[in-house]
Amino acid sequence: MQLDVDCVPTERDFIDAVWASVTKLFGEYGASLTSLALISYDGEQKFAVVRANLQAVDNVRAALATVTSLGGKEAAVHVLAVSGTIKALHKNLGP
Amino acid sequence: MQKAAELGYNQVATQLALETRPEEISRIKTACTDMSLDFVSRVDLRPRSQDELVGLLRKMRRRFEVICVLCETKEVARQAAKDHRVDLLNFPLLDYRRRFFDRAEAELASGGSAGFEVDVKPLLVWEGPARVRFLSCLRREVAVALEFGLPLVVSSGVSEPMLLRKPREVAMLSSLFGLTGDAALDAVSHNAVALVRRNRQKLGIGFVAPGIRVIKQGADC
Repeated sequence: MQLDVDCVPTERDFIDAVWASVTKLFGEYGASLTSLALISYDGEQKFAVVRANLQAVDNVRAALATVTSLGGKEAAVHVLAVSGTIKALHKNLGP
Repeated sequence: MQKAAELGYNQVATQLALETRPEEISRIKTACTDMSLDFVSRVDLRPRSQDELVGLLRKMRRRFEVICVLCETKEVARQAAKDHRVDLLNFPLLDYRRRFFDRAEAELASGGSAGFEVDVKPLLVWEGPARVRFLSCLRREVAVALEFGLPLVVSSGVSEPMLLRKPREVAMLSSLFGLTGDAALDAVSHNAVALVRRNRQKLGIGFVAPGIRVIKQGADC
């Protein structure tokens, strides 16, 4: 996913914002069903890869759409691609 | 507009002032074409009475491609639902007692041509009880709209570029109020495109009635 923000948010800022959105929207029980985990993060490139349960992909995407700030700055998170494996994901995104 | 193009939108409608002149609309259209965007002229009417709505529709219908009515009274909501010149029905976001979209409204609208518009902006900017109430209200209204076969149009409703989301993300947000799969994608894309296509045909030269248009006229016909 691509982060749209004017600063360089830390990994902690990003994951906190994602968890906050998921728990606010679906509650702690709903969040536990997502199996959300951060796979890779590049603050400079504003690029992140997260893993989620297949059944919860739509919910995670909805929650990501509700992220409006990162590290105290106005922000948006746009999903670039969704894939079943990391290898296929990188193939989809290109070099 | 630039942001919308970057996010993958092909067609964008923004609310214009009632006084917007056709030359200004053409200028915006040209600017959008340069960004590979199709600009749709849209006006949002906020009449306080039935008569005011009818008067505004008479003046505005041929000037704008999409007409949305923000129904703040029941009288306006009922008139807007049955009037064929209205494209979209929208309701106040903050006052739930003035959201008059019920079964009677949906039944009237199903006989006309108006669709039901949902703005997703509150889902992004609100949280807590306000968002919970909004979602519950939307879920009920969307179920009624689907029951009566009304076209649903999901709009971003935002004025700041940072709150714009990709079309698929908007469709995912729609799943929160009961629109899933193809219905959600249709509400973001297909229904709005169909509405614009229909209106452009109506506003085009030679349109007489749905399915009837003048293709040739003069002494040799």
